[in-house]
Amino acid sequence: MSSTAATLAPALTEPRRARRRLPLNRSGALGLIVVVLVAGAAVLAPAITPYGPADSDLVKTLQPPSRAHWMGTDQLGRDLFTRILYGARVSLTIGLVTVGISGVIGLVVGLISGYLGGLTDVVLMRLVDVQLSFPFILLALVVNAILGIGLQNIILTLIITGWVVYARLVRGEVLALKTLDYVEAARALGAQQMRIVVRHLLPNLWTPIIILSSLQVAQFIVAEAAISFLGFGVQPPMASWGNMLNEGKTYIYNAWWMTTFPGVALVLTALGVNLVGDWLRDTLDPRLGP
Amino acid sequence: MLQFVARRLLEALVVVFLALTVVFALQFLAGDPVKLFLPTDTTQKEIEEFRGRLGFNDPWLVQYARFLRNALRGDFGNSLRQQEPALALVMLRLPATLSLSGVAMLLALGIAIPVGVISAARRNSWFDHLGIGATVLGQAIPGFWLGLMLIYVFSVWLRVLPTGGRGTWLHFIMPSVTLAAFVAARFARLTRSMMLDVLGQDYIRTARAKGLSPQRVLYKHALKNASLPIVTLLALQLGQLLGGAVITETIFAWPGVGRFLVQALLNRDFPVVLVGVFLTAVLYSALNLVADIAYAWLNPRIRYE
Repeated sequence: MSSTAATLAPALTEPRRARRRLPLNRSGALGLIVVVLVAGAAVLAPAITPYGPADSDLVKTLQPPSRAHWMGTDQLGRDLFTRILYGARVSLTIGLVTVGISGVIGLVVGLISGYLGGLTDVVLMRLVDVQLSFPFILLALVVNAILGIGLQNIILTLIITGWVVYARLVRGEVLALKTLDYVEAARALGAQQMRIVVRHLLPNLWTPIIILSSLQVAQFIVAEAAISFLGFGVQPPMASWGNMLNEGKTYIYNAWWMTTFPGVALVLTALGVNLVGDWLRDTLDPRLGP
Repeated sequence: MLQFVARRLLEALVVVFLALTVVFALQFLAGDPVKLFLPTDTTQKEIEEFRGRLGFNDPWLVQYARFLRNALRGDFGNSLRQQEPALALVMLRLPATLSLSGVAMLLALGIAIPVGVISAARRNSWFDHLGIGATVLGQAIPGFWLGLMLIYVFSVWLRVLPTGGRGTWLHFIMPSVTLAAFVAARFARLTRSMMLDVLGQDYIRTARAKGLSPQRVLYKHALKNASLPIVTLLALQLGQLLGGAVITETIFAWPGVGRFLVQALLNRDFPVVLVGVFLTAVLYSALNLVADIAYAWLNPRIRYE
């Protein structure tokens, strides 16, 4: 019993200790600042700008950046800065909602697959393999074209195409955890399946899931932008950085700001989220080096 | 080795078969597949006629069997737009996509591997920091925006490169740089970390102690041993390039499979879409297979697992 307690102790306390103090490095801090700024801009958009995202002024179309319009106006005279702020809402909503839901689905499937094993595992993992045999962006594009345009459908698309990476990750972790002494011990002591999963497996899965999620947020945000850029996904007049770039493409000869600023917003956000992800990975899981 | 190849080949065939099933299932994602195949202003009578002609009234198992049988013969139906076999139309555009992906991959490797090696050899130098910065940026910049910025700078502003199309080698520059950027960033990061791993090994110290030139140690002894994961990533990234080609080709009007697919999606030409998706999955699986075999060939330990 004492040897069980000894193996049990580090496994349970380590993630908790890591969570309590996360030493910030320079790039992690930078990433965090960017993410907070983007999130703040998204939430406070109506307070920051006097314009609405769909307010058009046909007298002032395609105006270069000025004091009144910091980032210029588009072909309908809409303020670009305003649309970028509201676009941040779309991007962050999509990033967070899709990661949340696809993460939960992947977690459940991965747990079932890894814990039960056998035929269930074979069937579920083949499904994952097949889905991973299509390039992500292509599959997402086709699924979205079939489901139809709009914010809800792009979220649904990214969930349908995004859960598999979680399932594979969780299954792998569960397979490794399952053989550890403390899980064996819990089973030997007569713990119920549900209790083993919830009390013994789940706490050890949070770290890899959090790390993967931070990278997935950026991937989903960029995927939405790419799909909307191609004319699917989020449609105007709703502002998405992707569809703004698509509109900007038409005016690339006379309005450089339309293709520049939404892209900068997208890159900064992706960069910030990625930096936070790298930092989380380095601090939470020292096994995985940079 | 032969046994290993045979097993992996069989697995790949299973994945291809299942990919066909996914392609079949995709038609039903929106509910009624007939609605996908017809323009929105079709009358009810036309819909019924179309349904009967293409056998959409049969039980789905019968439809599935027919779909598989036709697919095995390479028959995925005609393009709704051009009334020609969809497979032939897509195949016609494959060389353009493959040549672009090939050039992009060579470009990515040509830049990323030296950068990764030098970064690792001179760890924490200004070159290393610059390299890391560039790779982080390279991974955060989406291809489609990089493409737009290149067009703006080199076509609109400097007027030195064509905005799109295919013809001379000048046409290759911007699309291949766009495609290569993301891949190059990943390769550089991987090469650097693998080289750092290898450079810490005893045999490198031995090679140095024997008095071999630093170049020889770096390229002959270290890079060779660090190349295993790079080979694996190579095949996987070639697959990703096929996905990236969808966007890059659309921006630069490159007449390849990717752009054709996007147009087919916009035109609701679903036979073409399904073929394109399926072909990509087959290519992707083939590349994975090549990666696995190359890996096993280079590393005998894998074969016996």
